[in-house]
Amino acid sequence: MVRDVGALCAAAVVVGLSFGAIATAAGLPLSQIVVMSAFVYAGGAQFLAVGLVSAGGTALAIILAGLLLNARHLPFGLAIGNETLGEARWRRIIGSHILTDESVAFALAQDDPARRRRAYWLTGAALYITWNISSTLGAIAGSALGDPDRYGIDAAFPAALLALTLPSLKDKVSVRVAIGGAAVALVATPFLPAGLPVLLALLGLAFALPVPSRKKAK
Amino acid sequence: MSWIAIIVLGVGTYALRFAGPVLRSRITVSPAVGRYLTLAAIALLAALIGTAALLNGTEFVGIARPAGVAVGAVLAWRKLPFVVVVVAAALTAALLRLAGIQ
Repeated sequence: MVRDVGALCAAAVVVGLSFGAIATAAGLPLSQIVVMSAFVYAGGAQFLAVGLVSAGGTALAIILAGLLLNARHLPFGLAIGNETLGEARWRRIIGSHILTDESVAFALAQDDPARRRRAYWLTGAALYITWNISSTLGAIAGSALGDPDRYGIDAAFPAALLALTLPSLKDKVSVRVAIGGAAVALVATPFLPAGLPVLLALLGLAFALPVPSRKKAK
Repeated sequence: MSWIAIIVLGVGTYALRFAGPVLRSRITVSPAVGRYLTLAAIALLAALIGTAALLNGTEFVGIARPAGVAVGAVLAWRKLPFVVVVVAAALTAALLRLAGIQ
């Protein structure tokens, strides 16, 4: 498990360096980059915010767009619950903050509750530390590595999430829900602001509803 | 960027992350409902995978990235180690781009 999380962190370093460098180029001071990585801690929303700043977006636009993109964290939290975070108050307070797509996927890929908790905390903590250090470094030193796409990092993240989600696709219902959800999001993306299409994927749950059995035609 | 934007975005994002586990502890979740909550997470993850693999913003991203993800998908399906899946996906996309295929 440690090796798997390490692979994810290696990919996150490249993205973090790139975020720091791009944010600096967009005119953000180091203090804002550090605070954003520590307290917002959401790669997608942070890139989106910097993009909006460059495009002259208002504070309200940045807030609304970022929250819409991060809204998926609520259903993710509902799915993992305190059983995965741990019951202690500090675990719930800190554990919530390190909720990411990857920590949720890593947790859901495990079979028993103890492994699930370990996977969640290991992934969450390691990615949090990695993201904060690498984005700060990128802001100070720039990213000598350049565009993460050059190294195929943009393919590494969806592939990683896919590898982590596959074990959860145990039966026909979950496969139908997954395919339905992805299809809804893909179709909706050209028409809706970022974040909403992924939320609409919840409509994929309709595929989990009991199907009335048809009588055979004679 | 205004500090207000960063602070409100930070507080709002934390609230979204905190709300899920709290809500779940306040309600009685039957095994059937628990299963739907897990299925909801699967639907969201699948949507993230699909859009991240195929789209850049609202446009088709080109060949290299989906090809990398596809190679990773086959390896994951064949139950190869996670590290292999991630590295192979990145390497495939990187090499295709090096060859001039975007």
